[in-house]
Amino acid sequence: MAILEKRRLWLAALIAAAILFPLFVANGYYVHMMTISFIWMIAVYGLNLFAGYTGYLSLAHAGFFAIGAYALGILTVKAGWPFWLAFATACLLTTLIGVFVGLVALRTKEHFFAIYTLCVGYIIYLIIDKWDSLTGGVRGFIGIPAPADIGPLSFQTPVAQYYLVLFFLLVVVWIMHRLVYSLTGRTYIAIRNSEELALTLGISTMKNKLASFVLSVFFTSLAGALYASFIRFLGPDIAYVSVMFDFLTYLLVGGIGTLAGPVVGTLLVTFLSQQLQFLQDYRMLIFGPVLTLLIIFYPHGIAGGVIRLKAKREEARRLQLEATQASAELAAASRQERSERYAKEG
Amino acid sequence: MFLHVERLTKRFGGLLAVNDVTFSVEQGKINAIIGPNGAGKSTFFNLISGLYRPTSGTIAFKGRDITRLPANERAKLGIARTFQTTHLFEQATVIDNVIIGHRLRTSSNLFDAILRTKRHHREEQACKEKAMEVLDFVGLTHVADRMVANLSQEQKKRAAFALALATDPELVLLDEPAAGINPDETEGLEELIVNMVQRGLTVCLIEHKMSMIMKIADRIMVLNYGEKIAEGTPEEVKNNEAVIQAYLGGSAIA
Repeated sequence: MAILEKRRLWLAALIAAAILFPLFVANGYYVHMMTISFIWMIAVYGLNLFAGYTGYLSLAHAGFFAIGAYALGILTVKAGWPFWLAFATACLLTTLIGVFVGLVALRTKEHFFAIYTLCVGYIIYLIIDKWDSLTGGVRGFIGIPAPADIGPLSFQTPVAQYYLVLFFLLVVVWIMHRLVYSLTGRTYIAIRNSEELALTLGISTMKNKLASFVLSVFFTSLAGALYASFIRFLGPDIAYVSVMFDFLTYLLVGGIGTLAGPVVGTLLVTFLSQQLQFLQDYRMLIFGPVLTLLIIFYPHGIAGGVIRLKAKREEARRLQLEATQASAELAAASRQERSERYAKEG
Repeated sequence: MFLHVERLTKRFGGLLAVNDVTFSVEQGKINAIIGPNGAGKSTFFNLISGLYRPTSGTIAFKGRDITRLPANERAKLGIARTFQTTHLFEQATVIDNVIIGHRLRTSSNLFDAILRTKRHHREEQACKEKAMEVLDFVGLTHVADRMVANLSQEQKKRAAFALALATDPELVLLDEPAAGINPDETEGLEELIVNMVQRGLTVCLIEHKMSMIMKIADRIMVLNYGEKIAEGTPEEVKNNEAVIQAYLGGSAIA
């Protein structure tokens, strides 16, 4: 229970820090960077749900991110829909596409699933790039409105947008938390662990994988729609594989299959790449080897490494406790024996 | 008839892994399947549990044809199994591993999980209680909160049993439960299997340890090159000419 309390405290401190951040950091650039990071985090949580907890690496998620973004852009600018209606429709539309992709893609497994979804992602990129009349092609898509006011809440300033994105991030984290510690979450983890075993335990793996995939697409499309309303300019690049591998890097560094992973990884990698900006593209010379080493020695990222360390310590403590108990019992037994002997001899 | 397999055949390309096997599992008994390595025993299990589709033949469980039923539906009907390698999630506690075993008897979904509905609470509680109950049955209550990675091989086998039992099965298929554990521990598992049958379960097991089979099995079927070469009580099988040849080599003829 104490561990749970401590964790709550940490979480509250983190949320408080996130809320206070724009008040103390007057630098608009940092607020902008933070907002973007939060958007990436939401997308990475989507990826984490499916790759981390269900065990299927989807490489189409940058594509879904882009569909969410472009859908919002097209619905607001070309169709002239009210912002929030367009926002909800963009997410639902992407999710619906996710259902159809999932129905086909989930017939494959492991590497084949990754390769299949990589192709799906690339096809989405090509469609956005080539469908000039709808998406603006390589010239990009401009003029997307900022989020419309909700009653007295206005989202025209960067700080207000920061809070809006933070709100969505917290909702996503909250959903993820509830999910992971539920029967449904356990079901996903069982599928990740061994699909054969899950099947023989009576779990409909196809149904569960599809549900997990669709929710993961939903999260990612939400990130895409937020991105569109925040950056307000879209190019086909956001559907490209490099964005996909950015997501994956954040997830791997932070910890795949952990709740804190997306936050830790995204913050760390975006911060580091900012600091190494002066190296330009040569910074990949540093990133590449560091990432490789990390995956070799910490396959579950930073958050996963911390969890393992804690578990190990807990186990050591338990063994120690058992050992002292055993030796105490042994000492008590030998005392008993000795006193009995004395009693006999005396 | 409890479980009846009629002329079952499984072909992998040119290989006949299971060839025209007819076999019945008797209710409330320990039914054993033995045979040399590569005889098709595990394939046979995969066919019964539904992981493989047979090339031809039928499988009936309690009078119902289940030949085309997927594995998860068969589990719901009451067929559970363990694997040669336990397939447990090593980085989680024993109880966390076993809780999922009762999932098939629950119906709460994604929305129940997010909204934490009454149904979710009730079913989560039921799964936990079931897990504790089966862990008690297999004798692992004292390690319920330990990581599976830190368990002994025998304890892992018991945890795998618990997971299968948590599904509320009627028939339990055990794939080499005693592989990789020492003679003392094997005796413990024998006791556990006998206990399962006394509780009203039906057991069908694959095993290489003959001493164990001869001691606890009520009926034995012998497979060799995918074909049934003998069937009967341990006594009958022990003295069967074809079985002796299969195990010691048919050099007398060849």
